Amino acid sequence: MPNLLRLVGGATVTAILGFLLLPAVVVTLAAFNSRAILSFPPEDWSWRWFIKAIAYDDFQAGVRNGLIVTAWASSIALVVGAAFAFALDRYEFRLKRTLETVLLSPLVVPHFTIGLGFLILAAQLGFARGYAVVVACHVVLVLPFVLRSVYISLRNLDPRLELAAASLGAPPDRVLITVTLPLLLPGLVSGWMFAAILSFNEFTASLFVTVQRTQTLPVALYNYVREYADPSMAAISVMYIVATATVLTLANAFLGLAKVLNVEHPR
Amino acid sequence: MAYASVRSGRAAVRPFLRLFVAPAVLCALAFAAALAAVMQYSLRAYVPGSLEAGGFTLANFAALMRPLYARVFLDTVWICFLTALFTLVVGYPLAYALVHARNVALKSTILVIAVTPLFLGEVVRTYSWIVVLGNNGFLNSMLLKLGLIDAPLQFMFTQFGVVTALVHVTLPVMVIMLAAALSHIDRDYERAAASLGAGPIRVFLTVTLPLSTPGIIAGVTTAFAWTFSAFATPQLIGGGRVNMVANLVYQLGFASFNFPFAASLSVAGLVLTFAVLALMRAAARPLERIRQH
Repeated sequence: MPNLLRLVGGATVTAILGFLLLPAVVVTLAAFNSRAILSFPPEDWSWRWFIKAIAYDDFQAGVRNGLIVTAWASSIALVVGAAFAFALDRYEFRLKRTLETVLLSPLVVPHFTIGLGFLILAAQLGFARGYAVVVACHVVLVLPFVLRSVYISLRNLDPRLELAAASLGAPPDRVLITVTLPLLLPGLVSGWMFAAILSFNEFTASLFVTVQRTQTLPVALYNYVREYADPSMAAISVMYIVATATVLTLANAFLGLAKVLNVEHPR
Repeated sequence: MAYASVRSGRAAVRPFLRLFVAPAVLCALAFAAALAAVMQYSLRAYVPGSLEAGGFTLANFAALMRPLYARVFLDTVWICFLTALFTLVVGYPLAYALVHARNVALKSTILVIAVTPLFLGEVVRTYSWIVVLGNNGFLNSMLLKLGLIDAPLQFMFTQFGVVTALVHVTLPVMVIMLAAALSHIDRDYERAAASLGAGPIRVFLTVTLPLSTPGIIAGVTTAFAWTFSAFATPQLIGGGRVNMVANLVYQLGFASFNFPFAASLSVAGLVLTFAVLALMRAAARPLERIRQH
């Protein structure tokens, strides 16, 4: 009986992993198909769609714009989020819970509402729709993830280390820089990484706040899919999937993804 | 996520308090101002041919009652409900396997495969599903080759297609939340039940499953809220025949430039999301109580 159960369980989990992997596998097959029309299995194989995708101007501009927005948004979110997580963990202050709720609410507020809000706000304040609006919108969207990641690290930090430094005469700023920050480094790195990946991929809100000049990669991809049906999109999807899986596998090896996501059994 | 109470004894001296909280206040204000802008626009009149909104009015909310729009709201809630339900059913075994796997390599593999889709972005994932579900896509090609069907089945532009892709999109979050709950259950409870003679199925149904309710509630409510927020999936796979609130808002804003009405739809959507979330939490409360006995 336990053996049968194990077999059924194994089969179920394999099927679910198959469901998760299916689109990635299929899109890879489509990307290497040399013909412009889908056919399974592909009749001829080629790299031509990869070359076409890399050479496409809108995709290049999308990557450039995306990197600009991501660099600013994730770094600002890291500083703001880490500082606030520290205050949340250590201090009591007025409106603490309210502030926390507001900053975490982008997790449940639909992204099209947030995008529309920043679009209207920018219009009313008379801002041109440049990078600043896109960055501000992304900071708000990724902040909850930084907050959570750094907060978990702070909770796991041994406060005695800071107390030891303080008792040896180190002033608070020195304790912060020489003890707390180095100990928090894994949390800071993973929080920043989460924020960067999510910002680079953010689509719905970006669609509302970007214009042609500032359009990020997901928006460029969306516009492409709506107009063309050739497999360049499949090729760029494959590059995306490979890059993301590589980053996550590395993150798992060096940072311990299970710990970052809080899904590990505590000891 | 609930942040536990502040560590005691250090609240008296608060170096850096202002410096550390001020940037967060600024972000909160920007976000609040953006939401306030939506609220304000939802009460303004639409001036055709102009990007500026007119005077204050309740006409937008009255227009929401029209069957056309009410229908989209009902469809959206139904799609969100189906997606949350299927994501839970598919996500639970995976989360269980992730937490209970003893082999480290297997654990890492499950984790990376389960989490990667979360970071791929809606457009890439949706496009991949178009390649799977399209009329000359993977699924139809395979079914035709195997001789199971004579003509391609219609998956695109159907609710089935949209929900399938949405389940795929939502699964990683569900797995993360369920695994977090499952990993924090003390294994001794399961061992105690087993040592008293309960079989593995009974242990699961009477111990593990009830103890994981917080994860189930968190997962289902988040899945619901995320699905409500989905745009690219219903837009590209639904192709205008399966419409959700997000699609309507975008269409009104960027095709008709009727931003006041788009704003009132967003506000109604926001109210609806929070109402459904509150309802789910209320419905889950009796379950929580069982857990404590």
